[in-house]
Amino acid sequence: MSDDAIPRRGFLKGAGAAGAAAATVLSGHSDAAQAQTPPTAAETATNEAHLTLTVTEAAFLSAAYDTFIPADRLSPSGTDCGLVTYIDRQLAGAWGNGARFYRNGPFLPGKPEHGYQLPLTPREYFAAGIKAVNAWTRKVYGKDFDRLAPAERDAALKAMETGKAEFADFNAKPFFEALYQTAMEGFFADPIYGGNRNKVSWRMVGYPGLPASYSAKAEAYRGKKLNIEPKSIADFS
Amino acid sequence: MAKTMKSVDAVLVGVGWSGSIMARELTKAGLSVVALERGAQRTPGEDFTLPSVRDELKYRVRLELMLDTATETVTMRHEPSETALPMRRWGAFPLGDGLGGAGTHWNGVTWRFTPSEFVLRTHLTDRYGKNAIPDDMMIQDWGITYEDLEPHYDRFEKLCGTSGRAGNLRGTRIEGGNVFEGARSDEYPNKPLVMSQAGLIFTKATRELGYHPFPTPASNSSAPYVNTEGLTIGLCEYCGHCELFGCEANAKASPNICVLPVLMQDPRFELRTHAYVSRLIYDKAAKKVRGVAYIDRHTGEEVEQPAEMVVLCAYPFNNVGLILAAGIGEPYDPLTSKGVVGKNYCFQVNANLPIFVEEEINPFIGTGATPAAIDDFQGDNFDHSGLGFLGGGFLAPTVSGGRPIQVRAVPLGTPRWGSAWKEATARWYNHTFPLYFHGSSYAHRTNYLDLDPNYKDAIGRPLARMTYNFKPNDHKMSAYVMGKMMEIARAANAKIIGNPLTRNNFDATVGGSSHHTGGAIMGTDPRASVLNRYLQSWDVSNLFVMGGAAFPQNAGHNPTGTIAALTYWSAQAITSQYIKSPGPLVPA
Repeated sequence: MSDDAIPRRGFLKGAGAAGAAAATVLSGHSDAAQAQTPPTAAETATNEAHLTLTVTEAAFLSAAYDTFIPADRLSPSGTDCGLVTYIDRQLAGAWGNGARFYRNGPFLPGKPEHGYQLPLTPREYFAAGIKAVNAWTRKVYGKDFDRLAPAERDAALKAMETGKAEFADFNAKPFFEALYQTAMEGFFADPIYGGNRNKVSWRMVGYPGLPASYSAKAEAYRGKKLNIEPKSIADFS
Repeated sequence: MAKTMKSVDAVLVGVGWSGSIMARELTKAGLSVVALERGAQRTPGEDFTLPSVRDELKYRVRLELMLDTATETVTMRHEPSETALPMRRWGAFPLGDGLGGAGTHWNGVTWRFTPSEFVLRTHLTDRYGKNAIPDDMMIQDWGITYEDLEPHYDRFEKLCGTSGRAGNLRGTRIEGGNVFEGARSDEYPNKPLVMSQAGLIFTKATRELGYHPFPTPASNSSAPYVNTEGLTIGLCEYCGHCELFGCEANAKASPNICVLPVLMQDPRFELRTHAYVSRLIYDKAAKKVRGVAYIDRHTGEEVEQPAEMVVLCAYPFNNVGLILAAGIGEPYDPLTSKGVVGKNYCFQVNANLPIFVEEEINPFIGTGATPAAIDDFQGDNFDHSGLGFLGGGFLAPTVSGGRPIQVRAVPLGTPRWGSAWKEATARWYNHTFPLYFHGSSYAHRTNYLDLDPNYKDAIGRPLARMTYNFKPNDHKMSAYVMGKMMEIARAANAKIIGNPLTRNNFDATVGGSSHHTGGAIMGTDPRASVLNRYLQSWDVSNLFVMGGAAFPQNAGHNPTGTIAALTYWSAQAITSQYIKSPGPLVPA
């Protein structure tokens, strides 16, 4: 595969830009997007060191998050919002390593209504999931997920979401949901976790964040939009 | 060899609302009480403070205040023929943990059950005939009436500083309150909270349809309040961080601010946290419990706490698990319908309908309780003739905080990601809220609790196993109320009506509620219930069991008010009758 000759980090930057351009076309907001300067995140996400992610994993997650959250008039790309930083910290920390997770056997296949039943910690599950997705995209498209064109990434994620993608010994659909969930967490959580840089998602929807002490406003702002600059945990620390 | 502590008058297992109310009543009567709490000490002024208390990821997603499933979880299966699997992470519900129990992280919704709920079998057969209740729907009377509990509901509301508006004051119906409620001896101690925009929309729409909206009773205080224990409750901040969070304003009633500060000053009371109760010490020959054994999590050592009486104040799964493991009473068998322990496990049947409106909702300005509700479709407040189901619940708009990881509905057909999803999320975030149905769960022959044969908790005890599924009665009830919700959505001039959440099987991954009831139910007949009308074990007279476990079936109202009222009711029987002459309060 000739793509492998291109260093992954360099490739990643290019892919991010292509993703952003394609997403604006898809969303039908290309005029607006070109006319306005996209909102910027306070820090940039390029060339960031990671606690636990491998280069291949970071490239995969960056490509997936940028597909979920493309750069447009409402926010920078998922990666530029800090989502790869978010998942890296989560997977390196207590949650990623199986905190608050019942891990006694036997491990039996359940119904979907039983929820997650594997012995893998989230860290192990994401490692296995990323390998499985890349193996599948190599089979179907001839390359790793992060090297696909934006429309192909979108189609690959849809195939996972709907259960049409079949991975060897790995269930694509729950992995898709886990991946999607982390994107939403990173994008909307308090910026203290590394995503949602510059409170960009809170600005996008109009969520004011902290301190959320509204006893004097509950009546006055009934039916009236409360436009205030959002504040986060760090702003009060 | 276990270490043995000095014997006390009463040992309590679990320190949430039941545990703290029971401890307070028993110590006031002069008893020495040791209360054992598995989780940590929780002190509002230290543990719940700004800014860290406003962290959606930590508290709502990672469930910081909830029981660690690696310590204990439950297993689930739909039918008795299946193998149950553990809930490896909480999904449909989390269980509470730590001092104050669920009373620290609840929403503060403080209902009284409708009078007919307490005499449900009698009421339904009187109204609809002998064959009204299907054979496999194991509805029972409670053995008490609403009138028995009324003074105790009143005490709890005055302990919590509950905000609301009476709809039935000493028999006089009052429009603007809940006209379906049982007669109250007194008004709520606090006036209703400020009603949000969603509450106003709901109130207007339901009134136009001829229903009877009212402010939902809430133990989120609408004004500073000094409670009946002399403790101060603060003003609700409408912060939108109630359920699964602690309250930094001390405005959400909790055992930690409403009872425990007084108890902790009482030399007759001793609290031990990180005390993980492993078993009841049961003297089978004498038919008495001699105390409990627990693992002291500070030392890892097993400790025995002897006591004259034992009061189980933990969650239904734990209360029922301890009784089953001790071999007290006959375990329920779903095939023969014989036995009682574990019987009539019930949950809650909910439905949701997101609506999208023109008005600015500001979903982040919210209280734990819903702003308004109607009880027109609660219990048997409406005629069930020909409907094909029994039961009902309240309908309400839910605006308890616009925390954006979890609260950001978009219209049906919106892509789940990409720029179109972002546009829709930004467009609708401030213009949507769900209509919500909180419905009854009536007992079914194959819904029950027992001990799991395969899975164990952190100290080697079998996990509780729930065999549970939604039944045709639940599906018919949901379909019926969904029709009513559609009517309300149209009357509210909803621009778009969302996807009704329909349920098939009970799904351990889909959020519902933490309202588990039954398994150690109260009643009038020892062959059909675990407890008598005073929540005393029929089999072991010095064992009392509090909490939702005692409900014969679950009503369409949140359970906390009734759990607390039952605790006061039981405590009154213990302090006024039992301690004078210990023994059965009702002849078996």
